[in-house]
Amino acid sequence: MDKTKIVIIRPNKSSMNKQTSSRREFIAAGLLAGLAAGCSSNDPFTSHDENVKASGEMVKLLSVDGEIIEVDKAFLKPVPDMPHVSNEAERRGIPGKSFVMVIDLSRCKNLRKCQAACNHVHNVHPGQNWIKVHSMQDGEHEAPYWEPTTCMHCDEPPCVKVCPVDATFKRQDGIVLIDNNRCIGCRFCMAACPYSTRVFNWEAPLPLNTSDKEYSCETSLPQKKGTVGKCDFCPDMTRMGMLPHCVSACPNGVFFFGDMNEDSVTNGTETFRFSELVKDKGGYRLMEDLGTRPRVYYLPPVNRNFPYENGLHNQQDEEY
Amino acid sequence: MSDLALSPEKITADLLPQKFSKRGMIWTGILIIICIAGAYAYFRQLKEGLIVTNMRDYVSWGIYISNFVFFVAISLVGSLITAVLRLANVHWSTPLTRIAEIIAVSAIVFASIIIVVDMGRPERFLNLFIHGRLQSPIIWDVVVIGTYFFLSLLLLYFPLLPDLKILIKNNNGSPKWLQRSYRFLGSFWKGSKEQFKISNKAITILCVTIIPVAFAIHTVTSWLFATTYRPGWDSTNFGAYFISGAFLVGAGAVVVAMYVFRKAYHLEKYITEFHFEKMGRIVVMLAFLYLYFNINEYLIPAFKMKKPEESHLTNLFAGEFAPLFWFAIFIGMIIPIIIMLFRRGRRPLPMFIAGIMVVVGAWFKRYLIVTPTLLHPFLPMSNVPVSFRHYFPSWEEWAIAMGSLAGALLVITFFARVFPIIPIHETIVEDERHA
Repeated sequence: MDKTKIVIIRPNKSSMNKQTSSRREFIAAGLLAGLAAGCSSNDPFTSHDENVKASGEMVKLLSVDGEIIEVDKAFLKPVPDMPHVSNEAERRGIPGKSFVMVIDLSRCKNLRKCQAACNHVHNVHPGQNWIKVHSMQDGEHEAPYWEPTTCMHCDEPPCVKVCPVDATFKRQDGIVLIDNNRCIGCRFCMAACPYSTRVFNWEAPLPLNTSDKEYSCETSLPQKKGTVGKCDFCPDMTRMGMLPHCVSACPNGVFFFGDMNEDSVTNGTETFRFSELVKDKGGYRLMEDLGTRPRVYYLPPVNRNFPYENGLHNQQDEEY
Repeated sequence: MSDLALSPEKITADLLPQKFSKRGMIWTGILIIICIAGAYAYFRQLKEGLIVTNMRDYVSWGIYISNFVFFVAISLVGSLITAVLRLANVHWSTPLTRIAEIIAVSAIVFASIIIVVDMGRPERFLNLFIHGRLQSPIIWDVVVIGTYFFLSLLLLYFPLLPDLKILIKNNNGSPKWLQRSYRFLGSFWKGSKEQFKISNKAITILCVTIIPVAFAIHTVTSWLFATTYRPGWDSTNFGAYFISGAFLVGAGAVVVAMYVFRKAYHLEKYITEFHFEKMGRIVVMLAFLYLYFNINEYLIPAFKMKKPEESHLTNLFAGEFAPLFWFAIFIGMIIPIIIMLFRRGRRPLPMFIAGIMVVVGAWFKRYLIVTPTLLHPFLPMSNVPVSFRHYFPSWEEWAIAMGSLAGALLVITFFARVFPIIPIHETIVEDERHA
């Protein structure tokens, strides 16, 4: 199999932003960043490289959020696939990293673009979601709000504690992953997780969009029947220096992702010092009292960008 | 048994295994049909995956797991009747020991089978040994259930040795393969004083060791739930709660088996009203004990009504699961207590009915421990199809669960066909002791 894949030469909008350019290495892979730095236009489909001329031959592509787009063939460039990561390396994690996520509840209006992108990329079975957007109201007279949940990638993960075969494990970069080649499907981890984040492949997964994928814990693909799945913080993306799919798919910048060691998180357009963001906005974690020590922080739904009601129309298709 | 005064020859003739009667054939046939239905359902599950069940992401454990808990619970009775009563020097339980022990062995075998059935990837079973993590309660369960199985098997086998000698001697009419099996299992047993001494010592050691292991299997099984945070499971009481319930259902099962064997094999002289009277007292005591733990488990959280517990408990007390919940409490505990509190209720037939109530109530009780909790997670059940928010087992699940129950009964039935279900040798000894 030809070990190359196609990427669209498309500068990441965020990397063009002057304010965030210092964090560019985090956002864009080396190869893409190099191309992006040379671009002057924000339009991804006009010629960025002087040498590339539009051929007029258009190719239909499926974008990450499931839309069909047409791109001139000349702007497609084969890039070498990432070097193979061994199972041991996948279990160890990316050295020197300590991944963290911040979810800003004041920006969420239940669009669920995060969910769609995540489901699409990870080939999640219809009806199931790794990312859920809950309609929350903590008390009778309290304000309702939308709360997206991913895997919390706890530092004291209850799921990892109970796994009998070390199929789900905690990496040194903080990510909790599943090795679907080892999972026996006992579902103890699902019972143990207080955030109900885990889903199970009750039946054979749908056929993959890409055919040549060898299983990797980092892509969680291809999904395996009879094993558990969940949000993996897209370590395959972070290995390439890119953001998890939910982060880049959210048009409202709800998700911030970053590295605690660098003390920075970004949603692609804005970058903050993680510690300052959590301090200034009163960040908190879900179910702190359980002692699971999640790696996902929440910013309270104050000074909201949208009223809660804006998300309701998306909720209507819920009851199917 | 002092009033028996039977000759050893008469005892032997009475207690040797008998061919199935017509009823026995029908019974066995029905069990085999249920087993085949279960096997077919499991074949479908292997082919299609766990999608054939109605378990989904929220109710990720269903009747397979509650059935597993039921089997582990019922298997504890082996240690109660055989070990505890034996060590307490109680002699009246002698005719019941083998019934209790075969219930224990077959239940623990089917507990292991049903837990494999619940696995999404049963072909990776060996991963438990290749990649086993000692930190996981599942591995503890594998260790203690394995240990309990072998101890129970030995505790069934050692007291069987003198009876095997009797079986070999009285080989009239039994097929050749059976005689060969008897000889294979017990031809080394000469019945010398020395052998009895070794055997008795071994049985005593087994009785002492099996008690902590029995406590361990069900405590660890309770920890599969209690090590999580979920309302209804997050309890420090769970080990004791499970063990008391286990002794109750096991004793109830022995009562039912006593009645059935007594009727089927005409053992009225050996399993007497006196035995029912005694067992009745034990069952009442155990039912009170279990009721006590139930009050602790449900009323104390209900007194506080912490938010995550609230929906779970109101759902049990007055919601979707209320009929089943009160069924399990009344049929599984309170009515049997009322029946057996009275001397007239401790006669064979009322005891048999109460025993069935205890066992059926206990089966549904395990279901109530497993499933309602899973329907009340901490975060709301969002963005999922409606089918994910409810659970009622599919026909495949019912077939497999019932198939496993039928399988356990089949093992007991065949055992009683092949071996004396009441220890012949021990009965003779007891009889002589009293004479």
